[in-house]
Amino acid sequence: MARISLTVDGVTYADDVAPRTLLAYYLRDQLGKVGTVIGCDTSNCGACTVLMTNADGAPRSVKSCSVLAVQADGRSVTTIEGLSTEDGMHPMQRAFHEQHALQCGFCTPGMIMTAVDLLADNPDPTEDEVRKGLEGNLCRCTGYQNIVRAVLAAAADMRGVPAVPSPRAEAPAPSAVAPAQTAEVAP
Amino acid sequence: MTAVAEPEVGRARLRKEDARLIAGRTRWTENMALPGMLHVAILRSPHAHARISRIDVSAAAGAANVVAAFTGADVSETQGALACAWPVTEDIVMPTYPPLAVTEVRHVGEPVAVVVARDRATAVDSLELIDVEYEPLPVVLDIEAALADDSPLVHADAGTNKCYTWVFDSAQAGSGGATSDAAAEAEVTIQRRYVQQRLIPSSMEPRSVVVDPTGGDWTIYSATQIPHILRFLLAATTGTPEHKINVIAPDVGGGFGGKLAVTPEEWIAFAAANRVGRPVKYTESRSENMVSAHHGRDLIQDITLYAKRDGTVTGLDVKLTANMGAYLGIVTPGVPILGAFMYNAIYKFPAYRFECTGVFTNTTKTDAYRGAGRPEATYAIERTMDELAAELGVDPMEVRRRNWIKHEEFPFTTVATLTYDSGNYEAATDKAMRMLGYDELRAEQQARRAAEDRVQLGIGISTYTEMCGLAPSRVLGALRYGAGGWENAAVRMLPTGKVEVVTGTSPHGQGHVTSWSQIVADRLGVPFEDVEVRYGDTRIAHKGLDTYGSRSLTVGGVALVQACDRVVEKARTVAAHLLECSTDDLEFADGTFRVRGTPDAAKTLGDCALAVFAAHDLPDGVEATLDADATFDPQTFSFPHGTHLCAADVDRETGEVHLRRYVCVDDVGRVINPMIVEGQVHGGVAQGIAQALFEEAVYDADGNLLTGSFVDYTIPSAADLPPIESDRTETPATSNPLGVKGVGEAGTIAATPAVVNAIVDALRPYGVHDVPMPCTPERVWRAIRSASQEVAS
Repeated sequence: MARISLTVDGVTYADDVAPRTLLAYYLRDQLGKVGTVIGCDTSNCGACTVLMTNADGAPRSVKSCSVLAVQADGRSVTTIEGLSTEDGMHPMQRAFHEQHALQCGFCTPGMIMTAVDLLADNPDPTEDEVRKGLEGNLCRCTGYQNIVRAVLAAAADMRGVPAVPSPRAEAPAPSAVAPAQTAEVAP
Repeated sequence: MTAVAEPEVGRARLRKEDARLIAGRTRWTENMALPGMLHVAILRSPHAHARISRIDVSAAAGAANVVAAFTGADVSETQGALACAWPVTEDIVMPTYPPLAVTEVRHVGEPVAVVVARDRATAVDSLELIDVEYEPLPVVLDIEAALADDSPLVHADAGTNKCYTWVFDSAQAGSGGATSDAAAEAEVTIQRRYVQQRLIPSSMEPRSVVVDPTGGDWTIYSATQIPHILRFLLAATTGTPEHKINVIAPDVGGGFGGKLAVTPEEWIAFAAANRVGRPVKYTESRSENMVSAHHGRDLIQDITLYAKRDGTVTGLDVKLTANMGAYLGIVTPGVPILGAFMYNAIYKFPAYRFECTGVFTNTTKTDAYRGAGRPEATYAIERTMDELAAELGVDPMEVRRRNWIKHEEFPFTTVATLTYDSGNYEAATDKAMRMLGYDELRAEQQARRAAEDRVQLGIGISTYTEMCGLAPSRVLGALRYGAGGWENAAVRMLPTGKVEVVTGTSPHGQGHVTSWSQIVADRLGVPFEDVEVRYGDTRIAHKGLDTYGSRSLTVGGVALVQACDRVVEKARTVAAHLLECSTDDLEFADGTFRVRGTPDAAKTLGDCALAVFAAHDLPDGVEATLDADATFDPQTFSFPHGTHLCAADVDRETGEVHLRRYVCVDDVGRVINPMIVEGQVHGGVAQGIAQALFEEAVYDADGNLLTGSFVDYTIPSAADLPPIESDRTETPATSNPLGVKGVGEAGTIAATPAVVNAIVDALRPYGVHDVPMPCTPERVWRAIRSASQEVAS
């Protein structure tokens, strides 16, 4: 067993871990931080993405299934559970909600953490840069369209630019086509 | 007052579901940690076909921190068998499907032995201590080879690899003519073979199950689409008393048909929990999911279309050979049959014959995957209509227009005997063509063809419909399906005026809580925020048939409307009593009963709920409750439709395909929440594009799955997909009081042929008439090469 000490979502932990323990399993099984999920075993899906400080102390996104818990010794980790503050949701969380960027929600924690890191690198990305920046995170529900939209909206919000009006929420009804047969339609 | 200013239905309400999902406060099955809980690991067969001559689990059983280890032989008397609910023909071959193999394994990944340990790592490590001797048997993987007389048999005792042959013939059904006559009189005959490659559903949440046998009954948490069906089948196949089983589907991370299953792993966890008398958990790895959870598609389609030279189709012959895999899952044999009614699609074909033969092979079983049978059908007919247009030298949209059901012809009974209640193919198509700029792109295409550009432009069309909203119980019965297709809903009025809704559907990403709240808010005149929706727990939602086949709204939503109406009727009696008037004098609007002509005399639904809670002053014979439930069985299926158009740039030298535009106009009838509907379309289209361009499950000659992880099974990322330009037309369904049609599968059904038609359209001047899916650059390049060599020779 190896002794580690780290900060996760602002709380300091000290633990003995088996050297082979992956950070993802340490977070879930030993700390009970089950907001971070595991979707694959080949580091492809990115569902387990968290922020971890690098040697310089800067938080960067990592796939917690490809980091050993012992590598997190002395580092500070932020999971989806630590993203919102007392003031409320992180702008990225709010954008995911407002742009309908999630359906089942399983990829969402990792997707949000990656997107936060993406904007730290590039606060004003193009749509294409967002798509490429999210390449390591898989979603099976949304077709990514609204995820991309959410990241762009969050970017605008975080830069203090008036947010792009959401074409989603409360959109006007599409042009209706009169049916030949009258439907007895509920009020 | 609980007056509602504007109708909730039709509003793009943000989802109630999101708060916990974006904060990491979600209840996935894998998050469950119960007192004393142990962890299950499963040893799986490395052989595609072998006899198990010996298994020794003693070393594993004796290892530190291992509580139990067992084999199929150890539990053969009690483990039950997995059920197939759809014996499509009387003489179908239905082999026994033991959850844990006892004497023989028939595909790589089949469960062979089990370890139960204190922690996950120990359980997985201890699998290595299990000693299994296999005697390899001959393997058959190819469905056509499997039908040969000298083929190795997947199930020797069956004496054949043929599972069934199912036939529909419009001449016999009386719904059309004979295709033999159409063949004899045809001026044009188009004959094509299409291969629907094998796909893996790949919900992002792997399957997971927790079984708690303590407390005098069994509580099963499972990442499933079908908690009610799981409960019923576990009881039916293991002899466990149904009323002692509770099934909970907590938050479920996607399904796409992949969790429309009762799985060996659920049965194994149940057996393990019973063996150790403690709660157990099993969560598969992604690699286990790929090799053992059911796959989708995998069939060969031989299509013959007969037509006149003016483009009028006179008949269609469809012959399918469908891969069942090694065993039959819950609806495996029925999946291609769901397509049988859809090959005629939106067209008025006068003669139609369909024949499907199901075949066993030494591969993972196939079963429902988003669209289940209907994407395959839509692909084949939409590809073939393009081939007919090419043969006749006319625009592919023109051929479709000549054959489709006109708006004024609805309701229309098809050659496949279904009655489509409503539709407007003209409106959806016109809108989509305008959005794409169809004529301008055709002009650009001509210019680029004339210039012999290296990158050619193709325009792909898919004018699809589908049957969903599963399903009228009588029809299911006639198709030999083992269950019905009704749905149940209950509405509970709380004394404070809040509303608890219970639905028998089981959402896993579709946003039912939000949409159902909108429906109830309008129907009962209560605020959207005052409605809570409960589901996915058989102790709360007693009755239901769960979520698949785009059924939840068209069946479950209607049940909900009926339950709401019953609540209002009960409350009307109470309100009349409180207002000292006749029920006939009351009108109900915005959640309030008002006396006609005396609008100040009013009682809200909440007043009535409080009155029945107190029950101090109820009329004689009136029960002290407003709660009501309803069960709805639809009279027909739901028939959404639409027109999807794809513009693709195809590089003739590299075979690379770039989707330049993707435009879709879907008509899913009346819409409860346009934001949610659009999201369903986006996701559906993405999966349809994925079949066209990226995904394929591949086996090697020995039956090993080569695409056994996300490294090799390439589900698309954000960088791989184009923006989707979606819009709608709205032709309300006339078959249900909400006017709604299903939307969950529509995008997937529509998208695949739109993309492949675009690729083929780009390359047609170069002699290319087909590209097998997925259309990777290599395949596109090879198609161009072989066409140019054909031309040269």
